[in-house]
Amino acid sequence: MILSVRDLKVSFRTHDGPVRAIDGVSFDLEESEILGVVGESGSGKTVSLLAVMGLITDPNATIEGSIRYKGRELVGLPTRELRRLRGNEIAMIFQDPMTALTPVYTIGWQIAEQIRAHRGLSKSKAMERVEQLLAEVNFPNPHEAMSRYPHQLSGGMRQRAVIAMALSCDPALLVADEPTTALDVTVQAGILDLVRKLRAKHKSAVVFITHDMGVVSELADRVMVMYAGRVVERGTRTELFSDPRHPYTRALLGSIPPLTGQKPRRLPAIPGSPPSLLRLPQGCPFGPRCPVRYEPCDAGKPGLGASAHAAACFRVAQA
Amino acid sequence: MFYAILRRFGQMLFVMFGISVIVFLIFFATPGADPAARIAGRNASPEVLAAVRHSFGFDQPLYVQYTRMMEKIFVTGDLTSFVNRGWKVVPAVLDSIPVTLSLVFGAAVLWVVVSIIIGIVAAATRDSWLDKLLMALGLLGISMPVYWLGEVMNLITQSRYHDSWAFSWVPPLGYKNFSDDPKGWFLTLVIPWITLAILYIGIYGRVLRAAIIESMQEDYIRTARAKGLSETRILFRHALRTSLIAFVTLFGLDFGALVGGSALLTEVVFGLHGIGKLTYDALQNLDLPMIMATVMYASMFVVIANAVVDFVYILLDPRLRAS
Repeated sequence: MILSVRDLKVSFRTHDGPVRAIDGVSFDLEESEILGVVGESGSGKTVSLLAVMGLITDPNATIEGSIRYKGRELVGLPTRELRRLRGNEIAMIFQDPMTALTPVYTIGWQIAEQIRAHRGLSKSKAMERVEQLLAEVNFPNPHEAMSRYPHQLSGGMRQRAVIAMALSCDPALLVADEPTTALDVTVQAGILDLVRKLRAKHKSAVVFITHDMGVVSELADRVMVMYAGRVVERGTRTELFSDPRHPYTRALLGSIPPLTGQKPRRLPAIPGSPPSLLRLPQGCPFGPRCPVRYEPCDAGKPGLGASAHAAACFRVAQA
Repeated sequence: MFYAILRRFGQMLFVMFGISVIVFLIFFATPGADPAARIAGRNASPEVLAAVRHSFGFDQPLYVQYTRMMEKIFVTGDLTSFVNRGWKVVPAVLDSIPVTLSLVFGAAVLWVVVSIIIGIVAAATRDSWLDKLLMALGLLGISMPVYWLGEVMNLITQSRYHDSWAFSWVPPLGYKNFSDDPKGWFLTLVIPWITLAILYIGIYGRVLRAAIIESMQEDYIRTARAKGLSETRILFRHALRTSLIAFVTLFGLDFGALVGGSALLTEVVFGLHGIGKLTYDALQNLDLPMIMATVMYASMFVVIANAVVDFVYILLDPRLRAS
């Protein structure tokens, strides 16, 4: 077990009262496993992983629960200790490669900076390592690429540089926050390929955040579906795609256009929109949009249960 | 790179040419005014008037007049001010240049160093009492007009407390040549430097603080944190570095303007006969040759300062380098 999150709660104080962005999220991650985290914008995918990284710097935020990395509690760990883990054992890839790199330094410099922060390598040794890494993420001309500034590279190339940076210290855990969302489809495929290949080589566990079911079906070993700050369903990729249980998961899968057979005239969509975290409905948060809602749904919030393939839904519990 | 510098130099010459033409036209081709009469001054005899008219080419087409004027300023340097009893204009300008440069350079060093420190400290301790105190002091500095602050400084250091241990070292007002008396040069300029710098320390400290805080919100700062860098390193190497771009822009504009004569108030208050004072007197007396020379000089410094800023920009921001 590399990462174990228990009952994680993140709330923010705002002018309109406290907002609970994450409401009791629990999940485990085994070594060299890829966990796909799926959900709409605002469902809490990114916030929960930023909490793992200790990157929620907002002074109005409160984090409760437990995040254990290799058995070590991260919640409440002093920044100095956390910093030793960040970039070294736990690395992160961000959504927008256009803005994720400092514009005034070469990518070689920026990657070497991370290596030197964690390993006491000399500048030239670090640069050798950078060249190696850039070759590993398929830069056609790694030596020349080191002296490039971010604005001189395409989006796909920048994301490769960010990935090379994340891998520079051989992290045991890699958090990827929608790394392909800002990229073209063809470039996306290359990046996914790369993540898969690198996982095999570096034996890193990967948490892959996305809102794209297609990406999840290609990459993830296990999947976690989030809605309004809660996990609504979890299971292996096969379980989730062949036997989706939560009405939200079903609706998400239903809204993907089929590649073969008769195309529907209109793609089915989920009616309504995600609830405001300030005014969550009584009972099940998905209730107002749910096609199979009945009385118990208005009374309380359904729990996830303990089984490996579980859905937070009263209908499922009843069946 | 070499061609870029050459091109920039060409642009500078072109801008200065444009300025010289405009200024020339304003003062020498305004309908109804006789420039010869202005140059010769009040109560000039007809002979003097005729001599002036001939020497400046006022009996010839405009372009000849313009060429004569430029020749007198840049080539022969024998432009004469009749208003000021036959003063040679060019040496007067050349004499006042070191005064202004000494004043502005010293103040600039002071305000850049202090405002960078203030900006960093305020941004790093954002919303604390220290940040609030520094920003309040900055606002105070901005709000005090130089002519008032300068007089207060003089009152304290020259008369009221001059005999106390704190200010007995302050020499009387005036300017001493650096080459003649380096210590005197330094001592006479300390109070003017501080006075001039206070305004800019306030402005620059606040601007830098805002720029640093803004860049601390950027995605690449989050990346830097995710890399496991220390907050100090993030602040200095990532946030400050990108914030300096705004700082340099402002500096180029202010520095150029000050060297070009905007330090007038400070010069007057402290009895420094710099370029600002010279321009002011020339305008007061409608001393056309002197105006022409000082404006040309000022524009030259503004243009040079801008070119230097552009160059520093390119050093600071690789996105501006031609690929």
